[in-house]
Amino acid sequence: MAVNTEQSGSSGEGMWQRERRARHFRERAIKLVLAACAYVSVLTTFGIVFVLLFETINFFREVSIVEFFTSTTWSAAFANPQFGILVLASGTLLTTLIAIAVALPVGLLAAIFLSEYASPGLRRWLKPALEILAGVPTIVYGYFALTFVTPLLRETIFPNMTIFNALSAGLVMGVMIIPTIASMSEDAIHAVPRSLREGAYALGATQRETATRIVLPAALSGIVAATILGISRAVGETMIVAVAAGNLAQLATNPLESVQTMTAFIVQVASGDTPTGSLTYNTIFAVGSTLFVMTLILNIVSYVFVRRFREAY
Amino acid sequence: MATKSGTQKNTRNGGSEGEAVFKSSVSARHALDRVFAVLVFVAAMIGLVVLAVLLVDIGRDGLPRLSWDFLASFPSVSPQNSGIYPALLGSLWLLGLTALLSVPLGVGAATYLEEYAPDNWLTRLIEVNISNLAGVPSIIYGLLGLGIFVNLLGAITGGQSIVSGALTLSLLILPVIIIATREALRTIPGAVREGGYALGATRWEVIRSHLLPMALPGALTGTILALSRAIGETAPLIVVGAATYITFAPDSPLSAYSALPIQIYSWVSQPQPAFQVAAAAGIVVLMVVLLLTNSVAIWLRNKYQRRG
Repeated sequence: MAVNTEQSGSSGEGMWQRERRARHFRERAIKLVLAACAYVSVLTTFGIVFVLLFETINFFREVSIVEFFTSTTWSAAFANPQFGILVLASGTLLTTLIAIAVALPVGLLAAIFLSEYASPGLRRWLKPALEILAGVPTIVYGYFALTFVTPLLRETIFPNMTIFNALSAGLVMGVMIIPTIASMSEDAIHAVPRSLREGAYALGATQRETATRIVLPAALSGIVAATILGISRAVGETMIVAVAAGNLAQLATNPLESVQTMTAFIVQVASGDTPTGSLTYNTIFAVGSTLFVMTLILNIVSYVFVRRFREAY
Repeated sequence: MATKSGTQKNTRNGGSEGEAVFKSSVSARHALDRVFAVLVFVAAMIGLVVLAVLLVDIGRDGLPRLSWDFLASFPSVSPQNSGIYPALLGSLWLLGLTALLSVPLGVGAATYLEEYAPDNWLTRLIEVNISNLAGVPSIIYGLLGLGIFVNLLGAITGGQSIVSGALTLSLLILPVIIIATREALRTIPGAVREGGYALGATRWEVIRSHLLPMALPGALTGTILALSRAIGETAPLIVVGAATYITFAPDSPLSAYSALPIQIYSWVSQPQPAFQVAAAAGIVVLMVVLLLTNSVAIWLRNKYQRRG
């Protein structure tokens, strides 16, 4: 451009002006295109809410809301169907509880090891190695739970266990969630200022006492956030429970028996041929809405805790 | 250090008797410390041990079943003749289309948010929205895909087609790509941008010539990890209607399809043990595909990091 004006006076200036306008136009167009990309994410959320809401409203035209939330029978596939979401929710709750019972202690202790005990070299390869656990496809975990963990438990501790059961699914799900809890807790523990540890040592505390009584309480809100996120992932987890926990929709009380979770029900219905617009078709959206609201609440609570822990230091 | 300060306090209080109590309690505390150190180490290793057991178990079940025939055959009612060919091809189609759809969208969105967007409530809303989308269970994306891509837009996407599956997976991994690309853009020092502007370059020219190339390694790594997550996803594909039993290879984006995890799920669900073996062999294939994509990610990152 500079070369142009030097060479040929006023006609060059016209060209320069034209090119400047073209550039401005191009800049604006590009900005618009990029902004459109960003708004796709907003559209996705609208899409999810719209689809879930639309089909759920159709569902509640035929099924009463009171029955949905209070009935203790779920028999969507039968001639005289009953829709008590409590049944599926109890399956989800049971497998989630088992998973968290595994993932919380193991993940938290692993986080303490990574942050307080491990040498920097060990930490550098151990953390990504743990992340591999989160990258294994869930269908693989499902296979592992069904063909390895269940037979193992039946041969050793629980001979009366059914082939499909909540316990194996929950245990394996717990292993899957370990990295979620370990990695986020480790971030929170790592963020605790060094001076707190040094203060504790100066008062005569041992390394264990410092870790459990000073550092952990200081990182508590981050750890709570990690745990809630872990719960949210367990609630939404699908393939492990669909493969290993079975499809028996009953109020879940015994972890050695088969249960059906909300996610497993959606998979069961979607695996078959369901005509669009039928009641069964609408049912999976009603169940999906319940699932979506549950995980949304969990994610928001987790987010609030993370912000609190960030503001502390 | 700990012993000294404690001793002083105790001797002041109760002489030699207090000191004995103190010493036994110190040794008890240190014994507990050693137990705790072992405990946290074991906890950190449990995950890895389970991972090793899982890999050995699947290798033992699946490797003997693996053969060229298995890779080149179609699924069949007899487990011995069943193969994974259409599922493997379906997964590759899905991978390609998902990458084609999600990478430009994700990089574009990240560039807008990081380089253009004003700091106002609307931008913050988009950001909160993206991090929330990352936490939505994958099966919900399946329901979104079923409602929008399969049914509402069925005339364009061909209903239960590869395009519908790829669109669903793209939306699923979009948040991960956006977050990874934004982080990569954020690490570029502001001086690079200012240098570009000072030379008369426009915002887009700076982005295209400097920021995107510099952000490439980070963005690429995150993107490939996201894509490898997409390859392993099962639940959303079941909901948008990937078929479990398919007797032809997919030949266009609009054809019906199967995918590796779907095929594995279908075999795992069969009661015959021979199908479980086929499932294990399928898992080995899936894990090899994942390993390959992840190695590409690591290789690319190392290559570009060295140059930068």
